[in-house]
Amino acid sequence: MKSVRVQYFAILREQRGEARETVSTGANTAGELYEELRARHGFTLPAERLRAAVNDEFAPWTAALRDGDTLVFLPPVAGG
Amino acid sequence: MFKLFAEPIDPAALVRGLRDPAAGACATFEGWVRDRSDGRQVQALDYEAYAPLAEKEGERILSEARAKFPILKAVCAHRTGALALGDLAVWVGVTAEHRSAAFEACRYVIDQAKARVPIWKREHYVGGVTEWVNAAAPSEGRK
Repeated sequence: MKSVRVQYFAILREQRGEARETVSTGANTAGELYEELRARHGFTLPAERLRAAVNDEFAPWTAALRDGDTLVFLPPVAGG
Repeated sequence: MFKLFAEPIDPAALVRGLRDPAAGACATFEGWVRDRSDGRQVQALDYEAYAPLAEKEGERILSEARAKFPILKAVCAHRTGALALGDLAVWVGVTAEHRSAAFEACRYVIDQAKARVPIWKREHYVGGVTEWVNAAAPSEGRK
């Protein structure tokens, strides 16, 4: 098990009801962690609609998680 | 410079930062809060940004613009927080020796910023409904 921090924005923040949390997880990748959290919190968006960021940089879903990482799952952007 | 503003953007101040004796052109773009979206009546909106990555990605877009077009300076500013109809949501300014590069680079920056910078928009519609733009789950379809 590793401990990672997760920050939520926009629709994910609303669906989670929190802007951040610390998660103990057996997930090995960013993608596995999203599926775990989606099942737990009922996020409506599938991973195909999102991007992942690890430690404030875009990362592939296959990025290996390390203890202490900060994860963000990015809903489709809508600036401008 | 790519910058997020929690308070109103001051275009005049941003233009002063672009001044350059070598510049013969300054193209600017202002994105305003509009009262309609996909046929629905909008009353107000909120922008939320993932600031550390928004600033990194915004700076990358500005660097790309400087590499692709013969320009001098480029700036993009984006609001966060609660905005009313008519408010300035995003501002882009580009200086160049000649107008063509300034126009093209300005267009590039706003198009890429809309597509890539992690900023999200929640629209407030007449009647009290709110929705995050582009975030409907596939099964919900378009309303």
